[in-house]
Amino acid sequence: MNGVEGFMYPNEVELVWSVLIVLYPYITGLVAGAFILASLERVFRVDAVKPTYRLALLTALSFLLVAPLPLQLHLGHPERSPEMYFTPHSTSAMAMFGYVYLWYLMAVLVFEIWLDYRREIVLRARRERGLLRLIYKIMTLGSDNISERSLHIDERVGWVVTLIGIPSAFLLHGYVGFIFGSIKANPWWSSPLMPVVFIFSAMVSGIACVMVIYMATSKLRGTTIDMRCVDTIAMYLFYTFIIDFSLEMLDLVHRIYEADESFRSLNFMVHTKLYFSHIVVQIGLGTLLPLVLLAITQVAKLSEMARKRTYALAGALTLIGIFAMRWNVVIGGQLFSKSFLGYTTYKVGMVTREGLPVAIALTLLPLLFLWVLVKLLPPWDDASAAHGATGD
Amino acid sequence: MSAFRDAGHLLRFAGLFVLAFIIFLVVRKVVVPKSFGEYGHYRGASIGEIAAHPAHFAGHQACDACHTDIADEKKGGKHAHVNCEACHGALGKHADDPASVTPAKLDTAVLCVRCHAASVAKPKNFPQVDAADHANGVPCETCHKPHNPALEAGGAK
Amino acid sequence: MNLSRRQLMILLPAAAIAWEHVLAGTPEAAPNYTMSEHWWSMLIDIPKCIGCGNCVRACQAENDVPDGRFRTWVERYHVSDENMMYPEVISPDGGKEGFPSVAKADAGKYFFVPKLCNHCADSPCTQVCPVGATFIAPDGVVLVDQKYCMGCAYCVQACPYGCRYIHPEKKVADKCTLCYHRITKGLTTACCEACPTGARQLVDLKNPNDPIHEFLRTHAVQVLKPQMATGAKVFYNELDGSVR
Repeated sequence: MNGVEGFMYPNEVELVWSVLIVLYPYITGLVAGAFILASLERVFRVDAVKPTYRLALLTALSFLLVAPLPLQLHLGHPERSPEMYFTPHSTSAMAMFGYVYLWYLMAVLVFEIWLDYRREIVLRARRERGLLRLIYKIMTLGSDNISERSLHIDERVGWVVTLIGIPSAFLLHGYVGFIFGSIKANPWWSSPLMPVVFIFSAMVSGIACVMVIYMATSKLRGTTIDMRCVDTIAMYLFYTFIIDFSLEMLDLVHRIYEADESFRSLNFMVHTKLYFSHIVVQIGLGTLLPLVLLAITQVAKLSEMARKRTYALAGALTLIGIFAMRWNVVIGGQLFSKSFLGYTTYKVGMVTREGLPVAIALTLLPLLFLWVLVKLLPPWDDASAAHGATGD
Repeated sequence: MSAFRDAGHLLRFAGLFVLAFIIFLVVRKVVVPKSFGEYGHYRGASIGEIAAHPAHFAGHQACDACHTDIADEKKGGKHAHVNCEACHGALGKHADDPASVTPAKLDTAVLCVRCHAASVAKPKNFPQVDAADHANGVPCETCHKPHNPALEAGGAK
Repeated sequence: MNLSRRQLMILLPAAAIAWEHVLAGTPEAAPNYTMSEHWWSMLIDIPKCIGCGNCVRACQAENDVPDGRFRTWVERYHVSDENMMYPEVISPDGGKEGFPSVAKADAGKYFFVPKLCNHCADSPCTQVCPVGATFIAPDGVVLVDQKYCMGCAYCVQACPYGCRYIHPEKKVADKCTLCYHRITKGLTTACCEACPTGARQLVDLKNPNDPIHEFLRTHAVQVLKPQMATGAKVFYNELDGSVR
């Protein structure tokens, strides 16, 4: 049969979760990670990362807007997805997605961004003309109160929202890990470590993503990169990455040492079908290499240029590595038979609804959203300072 | 009171939430199927819908009701517990309206070996033969009547 | 497929009417059947199975099962003395056309294992369904509401036995219904009807006269993957330890 080695239960031959389901935890991970980075400045008072605060929030929002799309496209009956809201099943981890997502989107991200940008929104609603004016007017929700006192209230409320946002971000992504970790039928997934690993890998990917986007946008806008900021981000990236890697290694060592009934089968899979994506890409290129690069920047005194290039390379490798990790979880978990007697093959479709072009489009879509958001609500310090000066 | 006025925009945001929640409740009331929750967290009416699917196998009780001669012939034989449709296939339509479908005549050369072809993988006590060796091309029904396959006393040897 | 606005205007009310029908439901099909009086399951007598594939064909004919997917299938195990826990298993096209003959025995033993949904009492598949589209009916049968299922396939992942699949045309979860449309009318399942050796027996655990009670008292009976604690209700007589 097509791509089957050994014995699969006949219904297992074709995978039911495609590359789109790989994208889903990847994208929500970026959201959660970007938000955690933003909270560093807001809650933990890490002033050095201030230049990326707003950018991180907008990045989180643009990725969050895309997060449900791969799920929606993968459903056999997308038109029935509102059932998740109307009749959520209390025993299903997946049923909570809708609510966690909406909570995170509206009560945390949109609210925090709105509070933070309210002054600019009101000023722009006064200044702009035509359609833009209407858009900003709607965004003010009809209140143009930007008195000292109201802004002070916004500041305090925003702080509380960020505080609530941190556990919410953990919830959003830890819950994605739970969707996999709670499936007792699948030994590759079933692990209480899964949500924790997902949270830390989310922070790693989100921090790397914002770092890369910040450096790229600075380059595009022709502004100088705040080295104190990226140095600090890289340091946080390094430390969270070490925790993430330790957790993943703990999981691995535990599996190898315990060597339960599934071990022989999974071990074989990692050495054959998953060798490239797991050992080479995820662990080698995507984890060890960036860790070494980041470690060098921590111990050695490098020139500014060398640091920038190292960070950019390490960031890009990290993003690839975390994607490979999601791939290995989602696809790897379906390549072996639950009889532990065989393996199947996954072929990415091309012209199907769940094919490669769709996956690539969905990966690029958040960047488009980010571009629009950045145009509407510029996150740059210089831009807002200019508005303060010229906004009459 | 000015503190309240300066927080007015927050109330507007909260108002959006309340409005969305009310719309959600109304829509929910309308679109959730009536029988949902009748027996548990599912659409109770779906049980009846699944039970209403048409059956394709008539069941041996239906066969025996008309074909009493065959039922008698099978009785006491080795195939007494092999149901008619195990060999003849699904004949629910024939049972509903005998004139509509006439069951096809079966080819014993194909049919018998489906079960009785020799294979070490089969249970030892199950009667099995190497067809070529056993009958030398003679059709099975020459010696064995499918409905009661034991060789008759003094029959073909 | 391109829909013009006009076509859409026609289709939308049609969809609304179809949804109305889903809302209202259809009346109970078998009025004499009381769900609370039954607790259905099945007995598989492994020493009786000859691997003819009758059950697989019957199931496909009865339930319109798409090619390459199986509500029931048959596996053939070959267990050698040296490697008891790593059997050699085949199931060509689900065993639909039987199995190739084995002329001479290699070392070890052979046997057939018919598989189907275990209609678990603590089923992991119904647990994970996010919308309540699959459920354990009051008579113990695990069913899928195909008008409500959105096709997320989470249940397919959750089943330890590989009994579920996404129907390639209907795009919803599909699985063995234990021929619910038959057993509620007093018939047995299609696979049991077609089994020539009585290797499969429909069982009603709530029926005190069901021979299953005597059978369970006098035989060594197991379920598949008991370590999964799914409350599986398909009982296997003389199940070998290598079966998974």
